[in-house]
Parts: sequence; C-alpha cells; structure tokens
Amino acid sequence: MLLNYSHPLEISNLTTWLDTTLRSSMPEFWVLFIEFALVIVALLTAYAVIALILIYAERKITAFFQARYGPNRVGKWGLLQSLADMIKILLKEIVKITRSDRFLFFAAPFFMIVASMATFGAIPFGKGLLAVDFNIGVLYVTAVSSVGIIGVLLAGWSSNNKYSMIGAMRSGAQFVSYELSAGFALMTIVVLAGTMQFSELIEGQRYCWNIFNGHISSIIAFVIYLISGHAETNRGPFDLPEAESELTAGYHTEYSGLQFGFYYLAEYLNMFIIASIATTVFLGGFLPIQVQGWDAFNGIMDFIPSYVWFFAKTAVLIFLSLWVRWSFPRLRIDQLLNLEWKYLLPINLVNIVVMVILVLTGLTLKDLFGII
Amino acid sequence: MSSITEYFSGLFTGIRSLMGGMSVTWKELWTKKVTQQYPENRDTLVISDRFRAELVMPHDENNEHACTSCGICQLNCPNGTINITSEMIETAEGKKKKILSKYSWDLGMCTFCNLCVITCPSDAIKFNNTFENAVFTRSKLIQTLNKEGSKLREKKKETLAPKGE
Repeated sequence: MLLNYSHPLEISNLTTWLDTTLRSSMPEFWVLFIEFALVIVALLTAYAVIALILIYAERKITAFFQARYGPNRVGKWGLLQSLADMIKILLKEIVKITRSDRFLFFAAPFFMIVASMATFGAIPFGKGLLAVDFNIGVLYVTAVSSVGIIGVLLAGWSSNNKYSMIGAMRSGAQFVSYELSAGFALMTIVVLAGTMQFSELIEGQRYCWNIFNGHISSIIAFVIYLISGHAETNRGPFDLPEAESELTAGYHTEYSGLQFGFYYLAEYLNMFIIASIATTVFLGGFLPIQVQGWDAFNGIMDFIPSYVWFFAKTAVLIFLSLWVRWSFPRLRIDQLLNLEWKYLLPINLVNIVVMVILVLTGLTLKDLFGII
Repeated sequence: MSSITEYFSGLFTGIRSLMGGMSVTWKELWTKKVTQQYPENRDTLVISDRFRAELVMPHDENNEHACTSCGICQLNCPNGTINITSEMIETAEGKKKKILSKYSWDLGMCTFCNLCVITCPSDAIKFNNTFENAVFTRSKLIQTLNKEGSKLREKKKETLAPKGE
C-alpha cells in the first residue's frame, strides 16, 4: 500500500528509465555491459566523494570538540579544504624505499583499497541502489572487509622499518580480535532476522528496526558492533597501531604521496562502511521511520528519498564514532586485548544465546505486539 | 565469588565512567570557540597586561622620565641587552650629578625575563603588551628608550619634604 505513493526524488526512477531505454535499442549483452560500467564509475566516484566529505566533516567536528574553528580558509567555511589536500597528495612524489621489498611494498596499498572498495560495493545506499544483492550479504561483507588487514601486515613487513613492523603487528592483533566480536554481533541479528541477505534484512525492519525488535539483546549487539567496528578501523581510543608518539605513523610510516593517500582514503571509508553496515543491519537501512497504523505519518516520512534516510542514519553513527574518538584516551595493547577477550567476546557469546532464546520463545517485539 | 562480582562491578563502573567522559566532551562541543583569528580581529584583540612584549620607559607630559641612570638594570640583564650611556654634569648648586644620555635596549637579544623591571629602584622602565615587533633589519631592533631632550623628573625634594616635618 505504501508503494502507491509516488517517489519523485528516488534515483531508482532514473535507473529504471535508463534500463528500459537501453533495452529497447540494444541486445542484452551490451545493455548489461553499459550498466556494469556505469555502476563501477558511480561507485568509484561515490567512494572518492564520500571520503572527501568525511575528511572535511571529521576535521570540522574534531575542531568543534576542541573549541576551535577547524579549516575555514579554503573556500566558504573551508569547504574546499579536502579537495586542496587531495590535489596536494596527488602531486606528491612517491618515494621508493631503497632496502624495502619493492613488490610487496607497492602491492600492499592495493589490498587495503580493494578490500574497502569491495565492501563498499555491497552496501545498499537506497531503494534500488544496491549493486550486488548476495543471499549471504552479511557474510560477504565480513569476509571481504577482513582482506584489508593483509594490506596492513604487508605494508609493515615490506617497509623494512621497526616502527612499521610494530604498528602492523599491533594492527593485526587488534583486527583479528575485534573481527570476531563484530562477526558475532552481526550473527546475533542474523539469528533475529533469519536472513543474511541485505534486501530481506532491510525489508523485515519496515515497522520495527532490529535494534528495537530484539530489545535488550539487540542493543547489546549494537553497542558491541560499534565498539569492535571502531577498533577495526584503527581509530579513536584504539589507534595504537599508528600511535604517533611511539611509532611515528605505524604501518604507513614509509608511504608517501598517492600510496599514503590510499591508506588514508581506506581508513575514512572503513569508518563509513562500519557505520553503514550498522545502519543497514540494526537501524532499518534506507527505510524511513514508519509506525504501523499511522498511514498519514508513514506517507510523509516515505516522501523523503531513501538515500537521504540512509545517509542521515549513517551520519549519526559516524558522529558517534568521532565523539568517542575525541573523548577517550588511547588504550594500551594489553588493555585492548583484555577488552576484547575478557569482556566483549564472553558477553557476545552469552548474548547470542539470549537472542536465540528470545526468538524461540517469541519474546521479540514483533511477536509481542504483532508487528509485521 | 569475589572475582565474579569484581568483574561485573568493574564492567559497570567502566561503562558509567565512559558515559561521564562522553558527557563532558558533549558539553565541550557547544562551548564558545577560543580561536583568535588574528589579523582580522586586530581591533578587538585583547592581550593581557601581564604580557611582556616590549620594554618602554614611560615619560610624563613634561617629557620627564624616572631613570637615574644607576645601571642596576644593565647589571642584572642576563643577556646584556641594556646599554646605558650617562654623563656627569654640574648642577646650579655646584653638585656633580650623573644624568642619562642614552638608554639603549636590544629587543633581538632580550629574553623578556623581567629582571630589569623588578630590580629598577625608581620604577623607570616597564614592559607593555604591544607585541607586533617584527622588522626587516636586525639593527632596527636596537631601540633607544629615552626620548629626545627628556630629563630626570625632580621628585626627590617633594618626597623628602614630608619626612623633614
């Protein structure tokens, strides 16, 4: 019934129109070829643009947390600052380290960027804006995003530098530990939703987001996912792989120019990816706020395009991540591993059992209040 | 048993203290920005009076200063930035008197330690807060503090007179 409302601002209108026009004049193969090419171009552009926006937003919000103005000289309110930085980083020399493992040294950034790019491609940005809809979407995202750690370890190893090596080892330990928690937190929701496919996962949250549906268990899973996701991106209180006071810059000490840019870009995009997966899995993805029975309200909310909802929810989570980053002091490596292995993981394992009990005994909100 | 209670109490204390930290930063997010956008806000810029930027010798409306050219500031200066030239004159009463002819101070060598101002027995010099001291040649940093044609303020008699009564 809700689908009867018109959505003039949805991008899916444009894509459907493009598809029908192409199909009317071309054979199937060329239609698909052109569409795939367009999807790749769109995703790559979005990747770069989102990174630039995130860098600007991060610098501004960071400044506000420290009672500063942040970048405000390049363009109005400093809006062109990250663009200027990008041009600078593209023009910089790529320094070739003499006694490094040349091949691995140059290959490492690509692992990082490809992993983050492949994850980025699987995110549902809006209605009809999902490039690939695997039936194991959640698993795919967890698997592919962990490839990035190979890039970090290779960078540390091939740089032939103790700072890089220590940074990479710390990053490896951290990533492997926290990936476990992140995976379990997502599995808790998979138990609740009964599917791993992103489109079904989102559709199931139309009137009741997963974070409310599984109430106590979901909220714990959400918090654990945010903490471990935050740790995976090597940011905030978990930034000891690149602790500048001890390790210069950690695993990317020896990188310069565009290669450093790859790591920088991937770091910001990983923050976005973690926030958008949390949005999709816990907060109803690109669906607007809907209340069962309030048709007029639902209609108004539905009029706002789905991608606006998606980016708004993601922005809230990114802000949360920045807020955490500028609140807490950096953890020591033993504290970091304590947090994961002594707190998050046991809580997570209990939580997943609690969730199974909730689902089996019909104590989720959907069961209790008869929400579809 | 105690270790289990310790585990959970530690967990919840930790969460509460983290929340406390986040509430502090949340308040900080909305505080007034402290950045001084300097060249633009030159007119409204407030520099504390305590700021030591430039050594000056205050002169009154009669072009008189309080420096007796005793040389204590010169002796106390750790960098030797102060250089006093004085001359002996004979007053109308026939007394010999040392008067200041040139008080030279080198800004480039000064560490702004304030020792000269503290030790001056007649409060003849002080630091003010005009901080825009940049010049293009080093020689311009050597300044003469006493003004042209200035002389010592005659206040000894006024202060001595009440004592005599």
